[in-house]
Amino acid sequence: MNTTIMLFLLQDGITNGAIYALLGLALVLVFAVTRVILIPQGEFVTYGALTYASLAAGQMPGTAKLALALGIGAFAFDLFVARKALHARLIVRSFLTNIVLPAIVLALAIYFAAQKPPVAICIALSLVIVAMIGLYLYRIAFQPLAHTSVLVLLIASVGVHLALQGLGLLFFGAEGQRGPAVLSTAFTAGSLRFTGQSITVYAITIAFIVGLWLFFGLTLYGKALRATAVNRLGARLAGIRTTLSGQIAFLLASVIGALSGIMIVPITTLYYDSGFLIGLKGFVAAIIGGLVSYPLTAVAALVVGIVEAFSSFYASNYKEVIVFMLLIPVLLLRSLAAPAVEEEKD
Amino acid sequence: MQSRLPILVFAAFMAAIPFVPGVPPFWIVLLDNIGLAALVAMGLVLLTGVGGLTSFGQAAFVGFGAYTTAVLSTAYGLSPWLTLPLSLVVSGLFAVLLGLITVRLSGHYLPLGTLAWGLGLFYLFSKLEFLGRNDGISAIPPLSIGAFKMLSPGSIYYAIWIAVIVSALLTMNLLDSRTGRAIRALRRGHVAAEAFGVHTPRAKLLVFIHAAVLAGLSGWLYAHLQRAVTPTPFGAHAGIEYLFIAVVGGAGYVWGGVLGAAIVVILKEVLQSYLPLILPGSGQVETIVFGIMLVALLQLAPGGVWPWLMSFLPERTSGRKPDTSLKLESRGHSAGQSGVLLQVEKARKQFGGVVAVNNVSFDVRAREIVALIGPNGAGKSTTFNLITGVLSATSGSISVLGKKVDKAPPQEIVKLGISRTFQHVKLVPDMTVLENVAIGAHLRGHSGPLSSMLRLDRADEAKLLAEAARQIERVGLADQMHQLAGSLSLGQQRIVEIARALCVDPMLLLLDEPAAGLRHMEKQRLATLLRELRDGGMSVLLVEHDMGFVMNLADRIVVLDFGTKIAEGTPATIKTNPEVIKAYLGVAA
Repeated sequence: MNTTIMLFLLQDGITNGAIYALLGLALVLVFAVTRVILIPQGEFVTYGALTYASLAAGQMPGTAKLALALGIGAFAFDLFVARKALHARLIVRSFLTNIVLPAIVLALAIYFAAQKPPVAICIALSLVIVAMIGLYLYRIAFQPLAHTSVLVLLIASVGVHLALQGLGLLFFGAEGQRGPAVLSTAFTAGSLRFTGQSITVYAITIAFIVGLWLFFGLTLYGKALRATAVNRLGARLAGIRTTLSGQIAFLLASVIGALSGIMIVPITTLYYDSGFLIGLKGFVAAIIGGLVSYPLTAVAALVVGIVEAFSSFYASNYKEVIVFMLLIPVLLLRSLAAPAVEEEKD
Repeated sequence: MQSRLPILVFAAFMAAIPFVPGVPPFWIVLLDNIGLAALVAMGLVLLTGVGGLTSFGQAAFVGFGAYTTAVLSTAYGLSPWLTLPLSLVVSGLFAVLLGLITVRLSGHYLPLGTLAWGLGLFYLFSKLEFLGRNDGISAIPPLSIGAFKMLSPGSIYYAIWIAVIVSALLTMNLLDSRTGRAIRALRRGHVAAEAFGVHTPRAKLLVFIHAAVLAGLSGWLYAHLQRAVTPTPFGAHAGIEYLFIAVVGGAGYVWGGVLGAAIVVILKEVLQSYLPLILPGSGQVETIVFGIMLVALLQLAPGGVWPWLMSFLPERTSGRKPDTSLKLESRGHSAGQSGVLLQVEKARKQFGGVVAVNNVSFDVRAREIVALIGPNGAGKSTTFNLITGVLSATSGSISVLGKKVDKAPPQEIVKLGISRTFQHVKLVPDMTVLENVAIGAHLRGHSGPLSSMLRLDRADEAKLLAEAARQIERVGLADQMHQLAGSLSLGQQRIVEIARALCVDPMLLLLDEPAAGLRHMEKQRLATLLRELRDGGMSVLLVEHDMGFVMNLADRIVVLDFGTKIAEGTPATIKTNPEVIKAYLGVAA
């Protein structure tokens, strides 16, 4: 093999790895704050990607309607929980965020879809739609279960994944879609060709990693999220609204997922069920990173991407086997290195 | 312990179903599928619900079972009955391999780790040439007895349900035994179990193998039911589905697995056949509704359906009192010892820059009660953890009967006859007092998992329970013997811990704040008990904050402050020691 192929594979691997890194970050974030292992992360990716592609192709995406439906559900949950003490302020606020907002977005989606909007508007709309879905999902599916065990949350997460995947098929059909490139410029350096798309991927990944780092290190909300992650009860006693932390985590995760989807859909064809596998590779990175460390997760994601690129070249049949089996030695090392002093979890 | 009658009724009921006139053949197919899923879910109940180890990878073990028999019975023409043990062995061997890697992982790595290798194995199944790649293997011979071939779903029905009921019985037998108690203690963390000699990684591996073998059995049956295997039913989705079968049914209950399988299989079937009538249209409407119902079910009954149903039955707090005339042989060392039992020499423990225990030396001799006192944060509990092997000392040495035990793990320390209680009670709340206390006698029993499953352990088991009952009576909790440990008051739970520690038949008892949370009368009774134990030849080392209790009871007192020993002597000298007064009250202004 020559250096050109090697460099090419490397570039391909890094691009994919950057996406996995973003997803891994989101998984770590959600897990740390809410203890939910976010299997539907993959659906956020496909929803983002396919909403973007549909809008760009001048079709009205079903996800906008889903957002409104979920919003109505979230509003109902809010009213039901607060039924003993209904304040006008609470009702109005819940009504605005859960019903008025998705209704406006739906109207915008209908309006723009009819006239093939520019890329920027497609991106913005897709992000907002998926972000709302993430937010309302937390309210409906996970917030009522916040006190239960990791296992129950995990199973609920599977349920949400199944429902979203089924809805995905309903909205986008069984055929794969591609979207227009975010940036269509390209330049060559030596024998390598860099597309604007791949540069965007790198830039956004780096921006998110730095952004999250700043958010958690410097802002009060970020610190509140970290406090919730360490000790839920303690955080509540200190006046942090843990439900708000959960909402922020889900909001960030769905935005990150949708953004990853929008960035890869111009490069690869995505199907309604492609997200699961992409999300899982983010998982692999997150596990290697130990579900706690952001920089380690990012590095691990790059490794996963590169291993995937090389194994798809050398042993394409065994690509997935190799990627998932990558974990075994890592887990082995981890279990040898730290004989875990876990205690009294429940 | 449980009555066998409901199981017999259930078995008779299941046996009768195919003979009921008018039962559609399709129901039998459904029941076959329920049975297959129930086998896997039962393993998960033990693994996840009881042992606290979440696995997404069970579908892969079903795959090992199915592919083993598929390859051997088609390519090599082996009889399916011959491949049955081989299927189970292959699943079991892979469980050992994967288990050795995964079960040591703590908390959240474990489920994700199993998800990852589950996926990896699925892709392996679908890519390997000799497993037929994505097309799988077809034309697998049916099960047969003599000339009778089990070709129809109705004929293999009995094979499946006999497997389910026998597996359920074996699993329940296992849980209700010495090994079972060790498994049930796993979920509450490993420190308490290890303090009584349970080898926790081994216990975890054991449940892992048990679950894998059940999955392998299901796979073997599946291959001969379908008479063809493809990789799809062994993928990540199937692994996830088995897990939620267990959770929906009630992850801590063997029959919850069966019930969960029935709920999920029937629900899916109903959705698939009726939903298109209500909501015509393309797509996977049933997947959507299924996912939503799953979340709704969890929100309504987060503990699963089985315990929810059971809560409607009248509560049975039966449980026979064990025959206390049965004697467990003494461990040989106790009483009769003389001289120094425990020698702590310049023990030091640092956590980073914090010196929790600073070169502390003291000893405990035969037949004496020594109290370790000091203000909060003085290093008392850390000293206990050093002695019992939970922590290892940074420097210095600890010897028992003149033998150094610095690096020994807790399981070895308890073998030397040192048992302990914990400052923060570590009982298994959903086990009865009797079962909790019997964990203390773990090392004095010998039955392994296989003999427990087959009920060959009853003689051994009766002796263990008799010993536990004796110690419970000794500490005065005979009336609470069959209550759940979690339902007792905190003070009583501390006493249960003492009974558990006594079950070790120790020569030295370490008690960490035994009187905390006790009422005045209870404290007096505890003091009387401890004096009796001492007079019977046992030594006691206790940490306690109640000065009245300590001063009246202890023969000798060691005072720690900020990790350093500041005084040692009889209660009378300690009371007047200026250093001690300073540590407790500060310097007079």
